[in-house]
Amino acid sequence: MNYLYFLYIEFLGRHNIPQIFGDITFYILPACILFAVLLVVILALVLFERKLLGWFTQRKGPNRVGLWGVLQTIADAFKLLCKENITPTGVNRFLFNLAPILMFVPVLVVLGLIPYSSEFTFMNFQTNLLIYLVLAAFPVLSILLAGWASNNKYSLFGAMRNIAQVLAYELPIAFTVLSVIVLASSMNLTRIILAQSSKIGILGWYFIPCIIGFVIMFICTLAELNRCPFDLPEAESELICGYNTEYSGMRFALFYLGEYAMLFANSLFIAVLFLGGYLSPFGKYLTSGWLLYFEQVFWLVLKSFLIIFLAIWVRATLPRFAPYDLLKFSWTVLLPISILNLFLMVVFKFITGGVYA
Amino acid sequence: MSKLKLNLGPQHPSTHGVLRLILELDGERIISCEPDVGYLHRGMEKMAEKLSYIQYLPTVDRIDYLAGFFYSELLCRTVENALGVKLSDRVKAIRVMMLELNRIASHLLWIGAFLMDLGAVSPFFYAFREREQILQYFEKVTGQRMMNNYFVFGGVRRDVFDLDDIENFLDILPEKIEDYNKIITENPIFRKRTEGKGVLKIPAALNGGITGVNLRASGMSLDFRLRDSLYSGFDFRPVVLEEGDSFARYKARILELEESAKIVRQALNYLKKGGDLEQDLINPLTLKLPEGEFQSEIEAPRGLASCYIKSDGGKAPYRLKWRTGSYYSVNLLRKLLVGEYLNDAIAIAGSLDIILPEVDK
Repeated sequence: MNYLYFLYIEFLGRHNIPQIFGDITFYILPACILFAVLLVVILALVLFERKLLGWFTQRKGPNRVGLWGVLQTIADAFKLLCKENITPTGVNRFLFNLAPILMFVPVLVVLGLIPYSSEFTFMNFQTNLLIYLVLAAFPVLSILLAGWASNNKYSLFGAMRNIAQVLAYELPIAFTVLSVIVLASSMNLTRIILAQSSKIGILGWYFIPCIIGFVIMFICTLAELNRCPFDLPEAESELICGYNTEYSGMRFALFYLGEYAMLFANSLFIAVLFLGGYLSPFGKYLTSGWLLYFEQVFWLVLKSFLIIFLAIWVRATLPRFAPYDLLKFSWTVLLPISILNLFLMVVFKFITGGVYA
Repeated sequence: MSKLKLNLGPQHPSTHGVLRLILELDGERIISCEPDVGYLHRGMEKMAEKLSYIQYLPTVDRIDYLAGFFYSELLCRTVENALGVKLSDRVKAIRVMMLELNRIASHLLWIGAFLMDLGAVSPFFYAFREREQILQYFEKVTGQRMMNNYFVFGGVRRDVFDLDDIENFLDILPEKIEDYNKIITENPIFRKRTEGKGVLKIPAALNGGITGVNLRASGMSLDFRLRDSLYSGFDFRPVVLEEGDSFARYKARILELEESAKIVRQALNYLKKGGDLEQDLINPLTLKLPEGEFQSEIEAPRGLASCYIKSDGGKAPYRLKWRTGSYYSVNLLRKLLVGEYLNDAIAIAGSLDIILPEVDK
C-alpha cells in the first residue's frame, strides 16, 4: 500500500494539489472504487450463476436482455429498485429496516480485508484474518433480526434454522482456519499468501497439505452462506422464502446482493487461505511493472470464481439436507475431522518446519 | 409445551396446487395435521348433470391435468360399457399406448416435482426434457399438449401416425432412467431424506383407501390393469416393493416408468403392423344412456380412478361421481405427518403424488 500511496501523492504534487487532499482521498477513493466494482461483480455473479444453472439443466439461461442476456441482472436490479417496499402490519419497523442493512454493510468491510494484490489491501493489520472471521458472521445477526421482526412464522423458522446451522458450522471453520494459521505462522492474510509462495507455484499452496481442511472449509462456507444443499433458512419448498419472505423491493435486493457479495467474499477468503491468493499458479508472474497488480487481481478473482463455480455445481446437483441431519453432520463428522486436521497440520509443520515445496 | 399453528398453503410453493394444511407444531415437529381441500373445486360432478355426454367429455381431462387421458378413457369406457360397444384391437392398442405414455409423462413430472420439494432443482428440468417428447407427440396427434380430448365414445378421434417418435423416445428412456438413478437414487442426501420416512403399512393404506403406486410400494400387489380388458394381451408385471416409505414410493415410480415403457413398446409393435382404424363411433347428438347405474374403473397414475353414472335415460347423466386416487392420499396426511418434522412432512406429502384438481374436482 505504501508504494501506491507515494505514487499517488507524487502524482498530486505534480499537479499542485495539497497533500492533505491526497491523504484523505487515498482512503476514500479506493473504497468507492471497490464498492462500484463490487456491485458490478455481484451482478456478474448472479448472471454467472443463472447462466451456469441454465446450462446444467439444459436450458439457455437468461438470453433476452442485452447481448447473450448480459444486462439481465441489471434489469432485475432496476426492477427491484422501482418496486414498492411493503412493510407488513405488526412488525418492528426499526429492526425490520435494520436487518437488510446489517446484511450488506459488513460484506463491504470484509472485502476491504482481502489482499487483492501485493500492494492493494485496504485494511492490512496483523490479525485481519480474525477480523474477517468476526465480520463474516454478521449476516447471522441480520437473518435473526429479519426473521424475528417480520412477524411471520415462516421467517421465524428460517431464522431459527439459520442460528443453529451457523453455530454448528462456525466451529469447523475456526479449526480449519487455525490449521492454516499454524502452517503460515501468521494471522495476516498477506503473510499467509506469501507463506504459500514457492518456485513451483501451485505445489506451495495450502490446499495440498491441507486438502481435508480445504474440503471442510468449502462445505462450511456453503452452510454459512445458506447455499444449497444447506439452504434450509430459505428453503423454498418448505419455508417459502424463509427469513426474507416478507421483504420486497430494495430491502429484498439488499438481502439478495448481500448474499452474493458474501459468496464472493468467502470464495476470495478460501482462495487466499488455500489457493495462494493472488499468487500465480506458475511460480512466477507473467507480467511486470504496474501490470503485475492487475495480474495478481486476475489470479485471485479467477480462483474465487473457480470456487463459486464449484458452489453452483453443487447447487445444481444436490437436494437439501434435513435440519437434524445437517447439525448431526457438522457435530459428528466435520468437527472431529477438522480437529484431526489441525493435529495433522501441527505434526506436518513440526516435521517440515513449514518449508516443503 | 408451546404449540405453534402454522397454515401451510393454499399458496405455498410445495403444496402442488392449492392444498391447505393446518399444522400444529412443537418446534418443527408436527403434532397434528388437518388438510383443508376445496380451493380448486370446479363442480366437475354437478356440471355433468347439465351437459350432454359429448359436451362433458372435453372437461374431464381437467380432473387431472397431468393424466387427462385416463379420465377421458374412463368416461368413454363407462358410456361404451353402458351401450355395449366393443372396441377393435387397433383402437384398444392406440388407447393403451396413449394411456401408458401419459402415465410415463405423469410420473416423470412427479419425479421432478418431488425432487423440487426436496430442494434439488436440476432433476425437474431433466424430467421435463423427457416429458416434453411425449407432449410433443401428443400435440402432433391430438392437437393439444395436455387437455387432449382425444378419446371419443366408441374410439379415438383420429388414427396415430409418426410412430417413430415414440420408438425414439422408448430407445432413449432407459438411458435417461439410468441418469436419474445416478443423480437421484444413489444420492446419499436423497436417500437419507426418504428412506424410512413416512412409512405406510398395508392395513393403514387400505383403511385410508390408498391405491395405485402408493399401495404397491407398501407391498400389496394391487394393479387394476391386470383385470382390465383393455390391457388383456399385454405382458407386464406390477411393480411391488416392500418398504412403504418415501423412497419405496419413488423407486416404484421409477420402475413403473420401465414397466409402462414395456407396454407402450408392445402396443407400438402392434400398431406398426398397420391396418385400418375400424371404429364404430357413437353419434354424440343422439347419445343417451339407458336407465340404470354404470360404473367402471381404471388404474390411473395416482391410484384407482372410477366413474359412476346414474342415468335416467336422458341426454345427461342424472348423477355422475368420480373416484380419484389423490383424494384419499390427502386424507392420509392427517395420520402420516404426525410426529414428523416440517421438512420431512413436505417430502412425505410430495411422495404421495397428490394433485389438487383431482382432489377438489
